[in-house]
Amino acid sequence: MEVITTFLSEHINLIYFIILSVFVGVEVIGHVPTVIHTPLMSGANAIHGVVIVGALYVMLHLQPDDIAGMIVGFLAVLLGTLNVVGGFVVTDRMLEMFKKKK
Amino acid sequence: MNKALLEIAYLIASITFVFGLKLMGNPKSARKGNLIAAGGMTVAILGTLIFHDQPVSPVIYAVILAAIALGTVGGWLTAKKVAMTKMPELVSLFNGMGGACAALISIIEYPNLKEQPGALIAVLAGLVIGTVSFTGSMVAFAKLNGSLNKAIRLPSYNIINTAMMLVVIGLAAMMVISGSFNTSMMLYVLLALAAVYGILFVIPIGGADMPVVISLLNSFTGLAAASGGFLYDNKAMLTGGILVGSAGTLLTIVMCEAMNRPLSNVIFGAFGGGSGGGSGASEGGTVKDIQVSDLAVLMNYSRKVVIVPGYGLAVAQAQHVIHEIELLLESRGVEVKYAIHPVAGRMPGHMNVLLAESNVEYDKLVEMEDINPEFATTDVVLIVGANDVVNPAAKTDPSSPIYGMPILEVEQASHVIVNKRSMNAGYAGIDNPLFYSTKTSMLFGDAKSALTALANELKSL
Repeated sequence: MEVITTFLSEHINLIYFIILSVFVGVEVIGHVPTVIHTPLMSGANAIHGVVIVGALYVMLHLQPDDIAGMIVGFLAVLLGTLNVVGGFVVTDRMLEMFKKKK
Repeated sequence: MNKALLEIAYLIASITFVFGLKLMGNPKSARKGNLIAAGGMTVAILGTLIFHDQPVSPVIYAVILAAIALGTVGGWLTAKKVAMTKMPELVSLFNGMGGACAALISIIEYPNLKEQPGALIAVLAGLVIGTVSFTGSMVAFAKLNGSLNKAIRLPSYNIINTAMMLVVIGLAAMMVISGSFNTSMMLYVLLALAAVYGILFVIPIGGADMPVVISLLNSFTGLAAASGGFLYDNKAMLTGGILVGSAGTLLTIVMCEAMNRPLSNVIFGAFGGGSGGGSGASEGGTVKDIQVSDLAVLMNYSRKVVIVPGYGLAVAQAQHVIHEIELLLESRGVEVKYAIHPVAGRMPGHMNVLLAESNVEYDKLVEMEDINPEFATTDVVLIVGANDVVNPAAKTDPSSPIYGMPILEVEQASHVIVNKRSMNAGYAGIDNPLFYSTKTSMLFGDAKSALTALANELKSL
């Protein structure tokens, strides 16, 4: 019990942050037309690519002689970049289609 | 100083994510929204690299830059080269990459943080959610790709899956609570179990439901990214991750509503289940077929034609031919419209994107609620490569697995022409009584060649 309360009080700002972010996420999506669902999902997909920042953190804190860590970190940064770049480019390509119709 | 600049970079990124996602909710501003979010992402990545405090060996910078360069080129080329019909697979693939990235972070960080309960929870959550998202996305990718086109169900798979989920959560909890479980060995066991669970989670779900699954896995990856943000107290990762987590969950629910099925139904009792799938197949009956020349005459002298495009049209790359037919008919004074079911194609909005690619005008694409009242005054409905979205069993047969899904009510038109390659059942794997209706004629053949023949006949009239 004590563990839980200490945990909560130590991270209370983060917890507020998380709860408010959930509401923002729900509000932002609100009432979107069906036509935009696929690009929107794809755009959201690109945004969670922000996980790459975590991969960069890991790499920046590695010891230069930690070969195993370096290999895994390299993979993590590579996959994260694929998620970010591929995600945004593919979304842009989908949305380009919408623009043409006039 | 650097620390403050880094915080500002993350603040900018967080704001662009929220703002970008908001703009993406409207077709007019969507492209700008995407670019804004991409800009914010660039700021976050560059900020992390430039404003890092401690000295970093150049070797590490070299490895990072190599990974980023490789990922940028690879991601860019894949995203640019892939055909529009393959978009859903691609989203699924990129989603899996993000999940795997989160899991790898946890693997590296575990030895450093295993003694701190709060951080350990975040590490394990990132590992489990990221891994489930990765293997699940890969299965979804294979399913959309066609390399795994059947729903594979173990006996009582619901019980197995739920048990598996409880085992994964239980083991993670034990690692946090008990020191003797908190070992690298157990971390890999957890990784393996989560990987298996991701596969089991997606594999029983039918291909027609994959968009919903991808959307759900998308929000999972968001949560995995958020647990990374919790770990590093990184606000950009937290905002981005949680935003996608909550928005993705809501989007998933909205998609399910478009199909009129609760999410639990998709996950626990999806399409093509033993009971529902079988019953339709016995319906049978006789089908009529129609020659291209007769169809050309019929359409040429109609007043109003409605085209119902489905995924088959996209697969056959027939969207340009269909546009040509539309123009030919209009030049003869026939009114032509396209009826777009919310889940036509493989994802909501997918068909709009495909038709827009072949220059079909936006206002010719009519959504389901608006076109349904018009079928009664329509002379000819031409269904190309669509099946489940026009299946009247969704309205009339309570035992059908798609019962309750809103459909395009094409059977009210005077003539219904169905172009299909064969009499095979649709994606949901169920029979369609529409094909045996007296109003219906079948135009067998590949969509592209059949429609090209039709266009040529129309030209010669």
